[in-house]
Amino acid sequence: MSPTLTTLTAPTDTELQRLHDRLAARAESEHLLAVAYRMLDTPIGSLLIAATERGLVRVAFENEDTDAVLAELADHVSPRILRDARRLDLAATELDEYFAHARTTFDLPLDFALTRGFRGEVQAALTTIPYGATATYGEVAAFVGRPRAARAVGSACATNPLPIVLPCHRVVPADGTLGRYRGCAPAKATLLSFESA
Amino acid sequence: MPPVQPFENAVQTHGPTVLRVCRAVLGAGPDADDAWSETFLAALRAWPDLPPGTNVQAWLVRVARNKSIDIVRATARHAIPADALPDAARSHDPQATDVWQAVARLPQRQREAVAYHYFGGLPHTETAELTGSSPAAVRRAAADGIAALRRTLSTDDPTPSARTPAKASR
Repeated sequence: MSPTLTTLTAPTDTELQRLHDRLAARAESEHLLAVAYRMLDTPIGSLLIAATERGLVRVAFENEDTDAVLAELADHVSPRILRDARRLDLAATELDEYFAHARTTFDLPLDFALTRGFRGEVQAALTTIPYGATATYGEVAAFVGRPRAARAVGSACATNPLPIVLPCHRVVPADGTLGRYRGCAPAKATLLSFESA
Repeated sequence: MPPVQPFENAVQTHGPTVLRVCRAVLGAGPDADDAWSETFLAALRAWPDLPPGTNVQAWLVRVARNKSIDIVRATARHAIPADALPDAARSHDPQATDVWQAVARLPQRQREAVAYHYFGGLPHTETAELTGSSPAAVRRAAADGIAALRRTLSTDDPTPSARTPAKASR
């Protein structure tokens, strides 16, 4: 294509954004939008948050590759995915409040589509660890009735699709170290010191 | 089966091409916007069942053609709104308005060849099939259409050298 015609016929970003917004609104009203996502700036970096019609389905940290996160959603939930903020309003508000020290628990619908089995049980149990507190992997294992499954609790935390909201950052090794974290260890330290401040 | 791509990727990658096709067929205005929306809405509906290996751009261009035809029929008016380009088409870059007006003035065969082959990237054979023409006629119509557009643009432009690159990129 000649650069002249290519340039002259190129739609502007504003035009494309307007059409994209309109498409997302139509898709939403016709229940064709399986997963909506947006980016959210926070003190621990830019988060990708995604929701189905049932609720928040994924929180991803900056160190997770966006393409990989979307591919996982396409594969395990649905490829009908659009970047659109509207469905994420409540989640964005609650996360903003959390990072502003104005909220200690989350009160929003969740979709556990990206997890199953024992991991899902562990992840759902994470909300019982209060804001500002920590529990060891062994303690969480005992809580869910599998006292010898501390290692599996570790895997459940490492694959938590909804970090921060399901507070896997509050689960630490018994030896007093911080342990690992999906959002990288420094983010875990930041969240824990933030909650104890 | 390889996993299907997130639909957002298809909108980002092919959104501009589909809009060019719709504008070439319907003029740069609300009808083209509607055709774009209907195209991607239909594509979103079909997306999870798209056979692996589908040429997504070619598929979207064919959907865009069908949706454009639907809109022409629905509004029951001529497909070349050359005399009355809507305000939306005039509001931005005046040179862009010029080029879409020039496209709208092309004979239908040339306009279709430019839309589906040149902007949409469909091969001559497929464009011919869609428009009830022959590959050779499509090749000629596309070449004539592009030549006419270049002529119009360079005569309209007081400083033609500023936007007449020496060589086309393909």
